[in-house]
Amino acid sequence: MTCSVPLRPFGLLLLALLAQQGSVFAGEATEPGAYAAQRVVKLYGAGGIRGLESYQTGILVSPAGHIVTALSTALDSEAIDCVLDDGRRYPARLLGADLTRELAVLEIDGENLPCFSLSTTTPRAAVGSRVLALSNLFGVAVGDERVSLQHGVIAACVPLRARRGAHEAAYRGDVYILDCTTNNPGSPGGCLTDWQGRLLGMLGKELRAEPSGVWLSYALPADELARGYEQVLSGKPPVDPGAATAGDYDPRLLGLQLVPDLLDQTPAYVETVLPESAAAAAGLEPDDLLVAVGDRTINSQRALRQELARLLPGDSIRLSLIRAGAIVTVDLGPLPARPEPATAEEPQ
Amino acid sequence: MTAPADRRSWFHLAAAIVIGQLCAATAAAAPEGGATVAPEPAATVSFDLVLAAERRRTETIAAAAETAVAIFAGAAGGGSGVLISPDGYALTNFHVVQPAGIAMQCGLNDGQLYDAVLVGLDPTGDLAMIKLLGRTDFPAAKLADSDAVSIGDECFVIGNPFLLATDLQPSVSAGIVSGVHRYQFPAGTILEYADCLQVDAAINPGNSGGGLFDAAGRLIGINGRASFEKRGRINVGVGYAISSNQVRNFLGVLRGGRLADHATLGATVATSFDGRVVVSDILESSDAWRRGLRIDDEVVALAGRPVRSVNAFKNVLGTLPAGWRVPLVYRREGRPTEIVVELAGVHTTAMLADIISGGRGKPAPPGKPGEQPEPRPNPLAQKPEDLPEAIRPLYEPRLGFTNFHFNRVELERVAALIAAGSGRAPDEQAADQPDAGRPAWTFRGRLEQGGSFEIELADQAASISLPTGVSRWEPVAAEAGLAAEAGFDASPPGSGGMLAALTLWRQLLRDGMASSGRMIYWGQQPQVGAAGELVDVLELTSGAGRARFQVAASGTVVAVDFLLSPTAEPCELQFRFAADQSNQRPTAMVVQHAGRRFATFLIEEASP
Repeated sequence: MTCSVPLRPFGLLLLALLAQQGSVFAGEATEPGAYAAQRVVKLYGAGGIRGLESYQTGILVSPAGHIVTALSTALDSEAIDCVLDDGRRYPARLLGADLTRELAVLEIDGENLPCFSLSTTTPRAAVGSRVLALSNLFGVAVGDERVSLQHGVIAACVPLRARRGAHEAAYRGDVYILDCTTNNPGSPGGCLTDWQGRLLGMLGKELRAEPSGVWLSYALPADELARGYEQVLSGKPPVDPGAATAGDYDPRLLGLQLVPDLLDQTPAYVETVLPESAAAAAGLEPDDLLVAVGDRTINSQRALRQELARLLPGDSIRLSLIRAGAIVTVDLGPLPARPEPATAEEPQ
Repeated sequence: MTAPADRRSWFHLAAAIVIGQLCAATAAAAPEGGATVAPEPAATVSFDLVLAAERRRTETIAAAAETAVAIFAGAAGGGSGVLISPDGYALTNFHVVQPAGIAMQCGLNDGQLYDAVLVGLDPTGDLAMIKLLGRTDFPAAKLADSDAVSIGDECFVIGNPFLLATDLQPSVSAGIVSGVHRYQFPAGTILEYADCLQVDAAINPGNSGGGLFDAAGRLIGINGRASFEKRGRINVGVGYAISSNQVRNFLGVLRGGRLADHATLGATVATSFDGRVVVSDILESSDAWRRGLRIDDEVVALAGRPVRSVNAFKNVLGTLPAGWRVPLVYRREGRPTEIVVELAGVHTTAMLADIISGGRGKPAPPGKPGEQPEPRPNPLAQKPEDLPEAIRPLYEPRLGFTNFHFNRVELERVAALIAAGSGRAPDEQAADQPDAGRPAWTFRGRLEQGGSFEIELADQAASISLPTGVSRWEPVAAEAGLAAEAGFDASPPGSGGMLAALTLWRQLLRDGMASSGRMIYWGQQPQVGAAGELVDVLELTSGAGRARFQVAASGTVVAVDFLLSPTAEPCELQFRFAADQSNQRPTAMVVQHAGRRFATFLIEEASP
């Protein structure tokens, strides 16, 4: 999928020319950065251990207080604190999450809040566009202190094809790749705008290539953001963000329904085996405890999902499990392909 | 806010670049929406804009790059610096010079290496001043007002990242201001970055101590820190610079070769349940306590800046040197009160000495009897004889100072200023001359609150006549051949020692630095009653007494602060002059003591 050409090139030209005479915007919020910053919130949730940040950024998208942000462990908390640009503090509720786009929608009890309006028809910004990134990076801004403003250029607009083991990302659609470091702790959920302060996208989470150690700075384009927001609002039930670890392989595709994953390291006990599935054919039973995929041991449901994700569709699966105190090994045959994520393929 | 001219140039550049991109994007789609303009004439204009902006930028950077200093400290590493005066004073970080020691070699982009000597240190603020030798026409950067810097302003960083400038040509990185008034906790060190600027221009190891410049090439900060965390020690678009306004507050202390300390209020603040900043604890020995500040009072403003968060409070305090006297506004039961408090130092001299030798600011634990603890090798406490020949005459160690040689330099400078201000050479009358023939100074006039006064100041006596009575002071007679110690007292009653303050003032004006007692150059302070203006301060210690003299740029002594003893309340004496007068002849004196006005003396007649 390729990106479309620049957005409203001539309108932008006009804006640029007027801005240079200082006449398009008036007052304090005219500064593109300030305008955007008033629509960005600082979020504080769970975490703070082992490189998992407890804080991130969000974007106000409705005057009544809807906030889109990146789906992360920070939101996996009873209490999420939201601090507006002017320092006002609100408790935030998780309305729901779009696991595909890895975004979450939060809600605060606001009124007449400054916000961006999301639209699924927002054109993509051209490669080479200069952009501003606003985020709660490193948590350096507190209270009414303004979030950090960075600048950069859209280096590419490409699908985030996270090769197995390379990046952990469920999302496979287009992202803006940025030439500046915007994936610092606290940046996820931050706001990407053009130099007129108009919303272009949302800063993605911290992604690091396992083999090279390179960190990727990317943003979800505004049209995808709008689709994710609409999907969440469409009434699907809230999703437990803990279960939403990106890039994992869902064992239900093999016919395995495990016990509810409530802990950090919930053991991979089988709750039920779906009929006419690979698991049923291989003779798996409820209460089996899965302990290895191939020759790699697993100690949790999360590890199971991750190990399965390392396999390519068609690879043969061998599971080791403990049943009645004995280790049993079963072959499940070739790994079924996962369904393609529902990225919106817009006619370009 | 930034001046309109800068703002425009920002938009010029933004516009020019956007237009440049559009011109390059030949496959541009049909416009959406209604607003269109004919692209061609605009494009013609835009290229001129691009070229003009480009030219301005390269010229600005070329000029600023001349002031960039590459500091090499051999195996100890190195860093960056920036020249701020034609006679070679340059700023850098404490953490750059700490391993380098007293003498270092510095390169400029003219391709020359210069010897440099350490002048002053502010370990808490991570600042240091050095002096490059050998020229009086060094290119110098101009300190800008960092409070006028806004988020989004263009900026650039010039320095010696990764010590790449082996050819003495500095590196330049450009970016925007990401945040202002940032507070950075002392992370694993004592180096606190208060009220600093955050930029996304690349600041890498080696950039430390170098200049942060605004779009006009003015110095807005000293780069010194970056957020790294899990990416390793390379730039991640988050760097911090000590603001030029904080630097300005410490320039005097640094130039005077002192070991600077930062200020503390002697009170801590916390955010209350309803979001106010309230005093959570206060030392009863603090000046703030003496002036009436108590627990649960809401701190509204400090040093003229609003305090709306604990960070804001720390930001203001962190930019102030110990010993400054600043206004504080607090609110109790809804009523605001303004007081002026003298800020104490965060550290003792011993703690600072430990810090500069690489410690954490704790005095060494007492060793067992007869056991000498192994002294830490301290590059900042070299023996003069170990220094290069060019540096040796410019270095004088002394406890509490970085390099006392430069205190002498500043003392001489201020002495010359005072002499010029009074139209007299400082050495006209040596101090050890006999008293005979030196007329007493007399002042007559009336008090603002009513009544008349008469003051007489002689070498060995002083008296004042007030409607409430006459006070007289004479120094204690010299005992057994010891030099006469001026046994000051607090007369007249209620003034805290006005006669002593005036006597010392007369001594300074008549005898210059040869006054009895120990005189040092203390640094700079905001002038009493003149917001924002920094004036030189001399400190005279004589017996238990201590006087501080504020000397304006004209050489006029504008205020004297006298402390009878270290725990006493000061007598604060402020002179007023007629607009056209600068010859040390005041038209009025205002005396404050213990937070109250003692009297205002309107002088009608003075002699000689």
